[in-house]
Amino acid sequence: MSTAPPDTGGGTWTAGLRDRLSRTVPADQLLPDRQPAYVASWIYVFGVLTLAGLIVVVGSGLVLSFGGAIWWHTSSLGHFVNSVHLWSVELFFACMVIHLWGKFWMAAWRGHRGLTWVTGVVAFVASIGAAFTGYLTQSNFDSQWISGEAKDGINSIGVGSWFNVLNPGQMLMWHIVLLPLAVGVIAVLHILMVRRHGVVPPLGDEEVSS
Amino acid sequence: MTTTTTLRPGRRTPDSHGYPTRSYDLVKEFVLALGLMTALSLVLAGIFSSPDDPSITMSGWAKADPADVVATAAGELAGTTTSATYGAPYNHASEGQSVLGLQLQKWGGVGVPVDSADLVLQPLRGVTGDPRTSLALAAWDALPASAQTAAATAYADALAKAPDGDPAQVPAGRYGPLPAMTAAFLRLAQGGGLEGSLTSSGTFYGGDQTRSMLLLSDGAYLEDTAVADHLGGDQWGMMNEVGNYPGQPWMWLYTFWYQVKPFSTSENADAQVWMLMMGLTLALILLPWIPGLRSIPRWIPVHRLIWREHYRRQRT
Repeated sequence: MSTAPPDTGGGTWTAGLRDRLSRTVPADQLLPDRQPAYVASWIYVFGVLTLAGLIVVVGSGLVLSFGGAIWWHTSSLGHFVNSVHLWSVELFFACMVIHLWGKFWMAAWRGHRGLTWVTGVVAFVASIGAAFTGYLTQSNFDSQWISGEAKDGINSIGVGSWFNVLNPGQMLMWHIVLLPLAVGVIAVLHILMVRRHGVVPPLGDEEVSS
Repeated sequence: MTTTTTLRPGRRTPDSHGYPTRSYDLVKEFVLALGLMTALSLVLAGIFSSPDDPSITMSGWAKADPADVVATAAGELAGTTTSATYGAPYNHASEGQSVLGLQLQKWGGVGVPVDSADLVLQPLRGVTGDPRTSLALAAWDALPASAQTAAATAYADALAKAPDGDPAQVPAGRYGPLPAMTAAFLRLAQGGGLEGSLTSSGTFYGGDQTRSMLLLSDGAYLEDTAVADHLGGDQWGMMNEVGNYPGQPWMWLYTFWYQVKPFSTSENADAQVWMLMMGLTLALILLPWIPGLRSIPRWIPVHRLIWREHYRRQRT
């Protein structure tokens, strides 16, 4: 008795996308349970700590969003959640900066990893923007002073008409929607690239081409 | 999948997948990291909390420094305050800042138009049941524009020369309705009538504080309060926040330039610092392709510390 060959969906857009994804990051590289033996230093921990910090930042921000923009001024619980948000941001940046320096000293852009470096730096810059807009939307004295000072910098390069730091409504939208989305998307791309290329080999192991 | 790659002629970075491996639990590492970061955030929040100094209200400003409110109101009407002479994006009063001959601020256009005189006139026109205010506004409206400016400028100058800026100690002069208008503005502010009056353009919901912030920034009280809290521009204020909290230390380099010459004394410091920082950021992004900079990790062998186990194994 003959059996029909399995339908692999060849030629469909779905199959094409699936093939593309599996070629980009094969399943065994996406979540491997083994790593090169040279991955043996505390500096490697700061990448995953940065990712964990980002999740705590987003999580505490989500809790804050339940109460609204000024909840934390009137509620002790809200103030505590705001404090968690603040300190998670400080920890996130501390880990990210250490991670960045670590990758610099590893020259981690070697071996087709240039775009991984680029996405990492862009994520850092976007994170600065996300944190900055957070300081502008605190609706307290700090945000009054910081926005009053920051407007001169933003206006001096001609973007004040579209990015008005004195408008907390606009800054809140940037802080809770646009910039977190940007940081999140870039972070996902960054991690996929790390998984695709693997951890950069040690300096000095370069092969001499013939 | 990574293959061997040319770093420079004759040198290839090997494929990381070709190295000996060891067991490594990525998911466990992530879960532990998430637990650690969550615990640290909770502990730090519990111990240090977070700063929340209340915002300065218009009535608070008027009660704490009434002379500053009067001087600011006179300046807005005279067209001499920072916002009145700012340029883009608020008005066309100046060319704004430039760098290397590029008038970036002006090129941005006036996208957030603000008439500084309206920061005073609009709230005053909303006052009802106060004959003194109505008479002062009628007298103001009856003056030609040049006379309005002359009267406001004369009064602003007189206030600047008066002891402590005290309006009561201003000598008699040709100030038109300015003393009555600014006094009415002060009464309005002290009574809380300015709160929210500038935050929207006649709509119920006011989420835009641009005009309120410009008015507050035009006075001296906001900056005096910030400087007293070590938040001035020349006190690394951009990266700090009230109290002893860490603020935004990741902005240290941006803030640093404002502390040193030529930026600390330049009229175009903001544009210059921004251009410099954008250039440095671009260099950081493109570092892998910049000869010299990309070789620093080879010259300063910090990597010998990072991969010391690997190098030790190689030697044996």
